Amino acid sequence: MLAQGFLALLSHWRRHRLQLAMLLLGLALATALWSAVQAINGEARASYARAAAVVGQDRLEQLVRADGMRLPQSDYIALRKAGWLVSPVIEGEKRFDGERLRILGIDPVTLPREAAQVDVGAEDIGLSRFITPPGLFIVSRETADRLAGAATPPLSISEALPSGTVLTDIGIAQDLLDAPGQLSRLLIDPRQPTAAKPLAEVAPHLVRRAPVAESDLSRLTDSFHLNLTAFGLLAFAVGLFIVHSAIGLAFEQRRPVIRTLRAVGLPLRTLIGLMVAELLVLSTVAGLIGVALGYGVAALLLPDVAASLRGLYGAEVPGTLSIRPSVWGLGLAIAVAGTLASAASRLWRIAAMPLLAPARPRAWSLASERSLRLQAAAGLALLAAAWLIVGFGAGLVAGFTALGAMLLGAALILPLLLSVLLKLAAALSKGVVAQWFWADTRQQLPGLSLALMALLLALAANAGVGTMVQSFRQTFVGWLDQRLPSELYVTTRSAAESLQVREWLRQRSDAVLPIWNAELRMFGQPVQVFGIADHATYRDHWPMLEAEPDAWDRIARGEGVLANEQLMRRAALRLGDTIPLEAGVSLPLVGVFSDYGNPKGQVIIGVDMLVKLFPDASRLRYAVRIAPDRAPQLAADLRRAFDLPLENVVNQATVKDFSLKIFERTFAVTAALNVLTLGVAGLAIFASLLTLSGMRLSQLAPAWAMGLALRRLALLEVLRSAALASFTMLAAVPVGLGLAWMLLAVINVEAFGWRLPMHLFPLDWLRLFLLAVASAVLAALLPALWLTRRRPADLVKVFANER
Amino acid sequence: MNARLIILMLLLMAVPALAQGFAGLGGDAQGFAMPRRGVPLAFPRDHGAHPDYRIEWWYLTANLKGDDGRDYGAQWTLFRSALAPEERPGWQSPQLWMGHAALTTAERHYSAERVGRGGVGQAGVTLAPFSAAIDDWNMVGHAKPPADELSALTITAAGEGFSYRLELDAQGPLVLQGERGYSVKSAQGQASYYYSQPFYRVTGSITVDGKEIVVTGQAWFDHEWSSQPLAKDQTGWDWFSFHFDSGAKLMGFRLRDQGDGFTSATWINPDGTPEPQPPGALTVTPRAWAEMKGHRVPVQWNVSLPARGVAVTTAPVIEDAWMETQVEYWEGPVRITGSHPGVGYVEMTGY
Amino acid sequence: MLLELADVSKSYPTGEGILHVLRGVSLALDAGESLALTGESGSGKSTLLHLAGGLDRPDQGAIRFGGQDIARLGDRELASFRRVSVGLVFQQFNLIPSLDVGHNLAFQARLGGRHDADWTDRLAERLGLVKLLERYPEQLSGGQQQRVAIGRALAGRPQLILADEPTGNLDEATGDAVLDLMLALLAETGAALLMVTHSTRLAARLGRRLHLTAGRLT
Repeated sequence: MLAQGFLALLSHWRRHRLQLAMLLLGLALATALWSAVQAINGEARASYARAAAVVGQDRLEQLVRADGMRLPQSDYIALRKAGWLVSPVIEGEKRFDGERLRILGIDPVTLPREAAQVDVGAEDIGLSRFITPPGLFIVSRETADRLAGAATPPLSISEALPSGTVLTDIGIAQDLLDAPGQLSRLLIDPRQPTAAKPLAEVAPHLVRRAPVAESDLSRLTDSFHLNLTAFGLLAFAVGLFIVHSAIGLAFEQRRPVIRTLRAVGLPLRTLIGLMVAELLVLSTVAGLIGVALGYGVAALLLPDVAASLRGLYGAEVPGTLSIRPSVWGLGLAIAVAGTLASAASRLWRIAAMPLLAPARPRAWSLASERSLRLQAAAGLALLAAAWLIVGFGAGLVAGFTALGAMLLGAALILPLLLSVLLKLAAALSKGVVAQWFWADTRQQLPGLSLALMALLLALAANAGVGTMVQSFRQTFVGWLDQRLPSELYVTTRSAAESLQVREWLRQRSDAVLPIWNAELRMFGQPVQVFGIADHATYRDHWPMLEAEPDAWDRIARGEGVLANEQLMRRAALRLGDTIPLEAGVSLPLVGVFSDYGNPKGQVIIGVDMLVKLFPDASRLRYAVRIAPDRAPQLAADLRRAFDLPLENVVNQATVKDFSLKIFERTFAVTAALNVLTLGVAGLAIFASLLTLSGMRLSQLAPAWAMGLALRRLALLEVLRSAALASFTMLAAVPVGLGLAWMLLAVINVEAFGWRLPMHLFPLDWLRLFLLAVASAVLAALLPALWLTRRRPADLVKVFANER
Repeated sequence: MNARLIILMLLLMAVPALAQGFAGLGGDAQGFAMPRRGVPLAFPRDHGAHPDYRIEWWYLTANLKGDDGRDYGAQWTLFRSALAPEERPGWQSPQLWMGHAALTTAERHYSAERVGRGGVGQAGVTLAPFSAAIDDWNMVGHAKPPADELSALTITAAGEGFSYRLELDAQGPLVLQGERGYSVKSAQGQASYYYSQPFYRVTGSITVDGKEIVVTGQAWFDHEWSSQPLAKDQTGWDWFSFHFDSGAKLMGFRLRDQGDGFTSATWINPDGTPEPQPPGALTVTPRAWAEMKGHRVPVQWNVSLPARGVAVTTAPVIEDAWMETQVEYWEGPVRITGSHPGVGYVEMTGY
Repeated sequence: MLLELADVSKSYPTGEGILHVLRGVSLALDAGESLALTGESGSGKSTLLHLAGGLDRPDQGAIRFGGQDIARLGDRELASFRRVSVGLVFQQFNLIPSLDVGHNLAFQARLGGRHDADWTDRLAERLGLVKLLERYPEQLSGGQQQRVAIGRALAGRPQLILADEPTGNLDEATGDAVLDLMLALLAETGAALLMVTHSTRLAARLGRRLHLTAGRLT
C-alpha cells in the first residue's frame, strides 16, 4: 500500500518531465550558487586558519614590543637566561622573481611543540640542511609551483603552510630580511618553569600578547566574505522561488491523485509522510547536483577571488579548491531545508483539505486588495526598519541586515505596486483588448508575484552593485591619478644601495622623494607610518578629504600627522586629535586623505620625523619626479646601473595598470554572481509561467471563444511577461539606487573604512532594462508557443460540462 | 662510560629536531675528529667544549641529605651534539645543546629538559672561569688559580616544581679514565676521551614545591667526548656510580644485548688512583622490579666485584625515578648495603 | 436559411483508438428559429454545437452560415466569425474572471466592433444586472453569472445564439427563470437559438427538437 501510494505520487513526474526538470534545476542552481560561495569562503578561511596557526600564533602567548617594532635578539637570550621558555620568530616579506613571499624564520630546536607544524627533523628536511646556509624553504605545493625557477634556497613541500608563506630557519630568515640580530616576537612555551624572573625585570619593553585565534587577515577579509555570503543567500532565495512555484504546480495537479489515495484509505499522516519523503529524495538529488555544480562555479571564480584577496588584503589563498565535507553537508542541508520550507504551505493545505474537495484545479483567485495591502504594509515596516538600522545601528552585520530588510521590504511592496500600476493602465486604456490585457495581467499577479519579487531582487542587486562598482571605479581612477603623481617608483634592496640610488637619482631627476615607512600598532591595530618629503608633488596632488589650511607646512616641520580615511573612521578621529606615534611622542592630526584599496590604517609624517622616531624604518623606496618623456630612459639606466630587477623600478603607468587590474578582478566575482542571480531570476519567471500555463487555458479559452485568435493571445502572453518585467525594472531602479547608497555609504565604510561618492549610470540601467525584458520574453516564449500549438479540441474541453 | 654514549644516541634518535646527528652517525665519522691513544689531556683547555667531536657531555649526579634527615638526589647534565665538525657564527652554528636536570625526593622525582642552539649565547661551555650553561641552568666554576677550574663549582637548575643551588668543593683530584683519559669502549676499538671528578663535597639548598631544604652530600662529575657510534644490537644499559663510606668509589655498567651483555668497572681508591677492571669482572643482577609509567624496571640490584670483595645491594630513594624527558630513562639516587655500604646513582635505559 | 450542417462528421483520437463523435449529421436552422438538441451523454451534441459556433472544424461535411462554409475558414476568419456572428452560452458560464460584469457584458460586442451602449444598458436592465456591473464573476451567484453570459452573448446582436446546457449548473427554479429571460430576449432580437440539453422538459419549450444518438440524428 505504502509503495503503491508512493508510486502513484511519483508517477506524476513521469508525465510532467519538464516540471521535474524545473524543480531539480531551480533547486540545483540555488544550491550551486550558495555552495560555490561556501566553497570559496571555506577555502579562504582554511587558508587564513593555516596562516593564523603558523608557528602556533593561534595557541601560544607571545612576547612582542608594544610598538610593534622588532626586538633585539639579546632580549631572547636574556629571557632564556632568566628561565623563560621562549622561542624566537622573525617575520617579514621578500620578493623572489616577482613573487612576494612572507618569510617566517623559526628556531626548530626551541620551538614549542604546539607551534611545530612541520617536522624539521624529518628525513626529507633534516635539521642540518635546515639551519646550514643556504638553508631550506618549506612551502606549500602551490607556493613551490609559483617559485619554480626562482633563485631561492632548496624547497621542501608541506601542506601545513599557508600559500605564499616560507618557513625557514631563523638565521636564514634574518639574512634574507637583512635583519641580523633582530626578532619579530617570542613564542611562550605553555610549560613554563615556576622560577622564572618577572618580565618587567628582564625585558621591560616587551609585552605579553594573547594567542591570536583569528588572524588580522580573517578580520580584514570578513567583509569580503560576508559580501559573498550575502550574494550566495540572495541567489539561493531567488532560486527558491523556482522551487516554490514548481512544487506548487505539482501539488495542485496532484489533488485528484491525493483525493483518490485518501479515498481508498491511505491515512492522511502516511500521505503527508510520503510526500515529505518524495521531497527529501528530490531535494537530495538536486542538492547533490547543486553542490557539484557549485564546485564547478567556485573553481571558475576562485582564481579571481584569490587574486582580489591578494590585491586587496595581501591575503594568500590558493587558486585551487579542496573538497570540504562541510560544504557538501551544508549544501545538502540547505537544499532540503529550502525545499521543505517551500513546500510547507502546500503540505499544510493538503493536511487541511477536506476529503472530497473538488478535483478541479483551483483557479488562481484574484488576491484581495487587502492581503496585498497587508503585505505592502509589512514591506513598509521593513523599509522603516532598514532606515532605523542605518540611522542607529553600527557594524557590518547591521549594515547587511539593513540591506536585507530593504530588499525584502521592497520585494513585499512590489505586488501592490504592480497591482496599482496595472489598474491604472487598465483605467487609462481604451480598447477592449487592452483593457482585458491589463485586467488579465493583474489577475496573474498572485501567481507571478513570487517570481517577480525574485526578479526585483536580482535586478535591484544588479543595478545597485553595478552603480557601486562603477562609482568606485570612477572615484578610484581619479584617485589613482592623485595618489600616483610621480613618474617612477623605485625599490632598492638594501640600506646601502638605497643611499647610492638616491644619490644617483638626485643628479638625474627633478626630485627624489623618499617613501620610507615603519609599522606600529595604535588604536589596537597595525598601522603603517610613512615619511614623506616636503614637495609640491604632495601639496598639489595628495587626495585630501579634509585638512587644516597649513597642513603641509606642519607636516614638513614635524608638527603634524596625516591619517588615511580608514584609520580616521576606525579610531573615530577628528582634525586636531593627537596621534600617539612613539612612546612619549604624539602629534596632532592635521589632515585626512583617501586611501582606497588599503586594508590597513596609515599615517604620514615628515620624513625627518620618521627617521628620528623610527631609526629602524625601512628606507628602501623612492618616488622619482622627471619629465614623463624621459622616464623610460631613466628607468632603464637605473636598472642597468644598479642591476636592479625589473619589478624594482616601475613607472606610474604600470602601477596604475596593476591597481586597476586588482580592482577589476575584485569585482569580477561580484559581476559573475550578479549575472548568475539574474539568470536564476529569469528561470524563476519561466518556471512560474510554465506553472501558470496549465491553468491559463481555462482563462484564455473564453476570450478565444469570443473571437480572439490563438496567435494573438500568445503574442499578448509574451507582451504580458515583458510588461511585468518592465514594471518590475521600474521598481528595481530606486531599490537598486538605495542598495548602491547603502553599499557605498554604509557597507563600504564598515567593511573597508572609506566612503565613496555615488555616481549615476543611466545607460547601465537601460542595458539592464533590456536584459530584464529579454529574459522575461524568453521565459514567456515557450509557454506562448505551446499555446499557438493548442488544438481547438483542447480549448473546447474548457467548455465541456464535466472536465 | 659507554652507557652515557648510548643515552645520547637514543636521545638523538628520538628528538626529531636532533635526528640528523644520529642519521649521520656512520662508521666513518664524516670529518669529525677521532680520539687518539696517547694524546694527553690538558687542563683547563679540555674542560671546555670540543666542537670538532660529534658528541660531548658534562654530567653531574649528587647524593644529598637534607637538614630534615631525608635522602635526596640531584642531576645536572649538559649534552652537546654537532651536526658538523666545526663552529660557525650566530645561528649558523651546527652545535646543538641539551640539558637535563632532576631532583629526587622520597616522594617524587622531578625532571626537566632544555634545548638550544650554539652560536647565539643561549647555551655553551666557556673557560676562565669554567661555565657550562643552558638557559638559566648553570654550572659555574669559581676556583682560585692555580687550583683546577672544576675544583669549586656552583650548579643551579630549575624545572616545574623544583629548583636547586649546590656548592661543590672537590676533595680529591681529577680521575682520568681508561689509558690516561683515552677510554676504549669496545673490542672493535671505539673510544672516547673521558675523565671524572668523583670527590665533591656538596652544600646547598634545594626547593621542592616552594619549600626550601638545606642539604649536604657528595657528587660525581663526568666529562666525555667522542665521535663514534655503538654496536647496533645493544638494547640498553644499567649504570652504577657508588660512593662507599670507606671513601673509595666504584663506577660500573652493563650493556645489554642479545647475549650475556658486557660489563665493565673502575675501582677508584680514596686517594683518586683508578684501577680499571677487566670486562666481565663486574656482575649485576636485578633483585626487584617495579612498574612505572608503562615501564617495568629493576629497582633493586645485587652488584658484585669479587676482585675487590664487593657484594652489595642497592635500594632506590624512590622507585619511580623516571625521567620524563623527550627520551625517557631511569636515573636516581640509591642507598647501598652489604660489604661496602654507601650511596650512589643508578641509571637504566631501554626498559 | 441561417445555419446548415451537411453530412458533418467529427472524430477524436483517444487512448483507445479513434472516437467517432459525429457520423454524418445534417440539420438546418432558419433565422429566428429555436432548436433543441437532445441526446445522451456522449452522443455528440456538445461537439455539434462547438462545430456550429466555429470553435472547431469538422473532419467531413460543410457547415454553412448565411451561405458561407465556415468549415473552410482559416483561424483568423473563424475568430472573426465568432466575434461577430455567434453568441455563446455555456453550462460553466465561462466569464472572463479578470473583468467586471460591465466589461464582461460588453466584451464580445466590443471585440466584434458591434458595441451599442444603449442596448447593453438595456440588456443589463432586463437581466437585472444594473447593480452588479462593478462586481467580478467570482462574486456572483451561478444564476447571476449565467445572466451575464446571456447578456454577453446578446450584446453584439448576433444572428445565432448557441447554448450548451445553459441551466445545467442552476437549480430548477433559477434555471427556468434564466431560460425564460433568454427566450424573451431572443424573441426581441430575432436571433436564432441552438440549444443543447438533456432535459426533454426544457427542450419542449423550444420551437423544434432533434435527438442525437451515438453521433447520428434520430
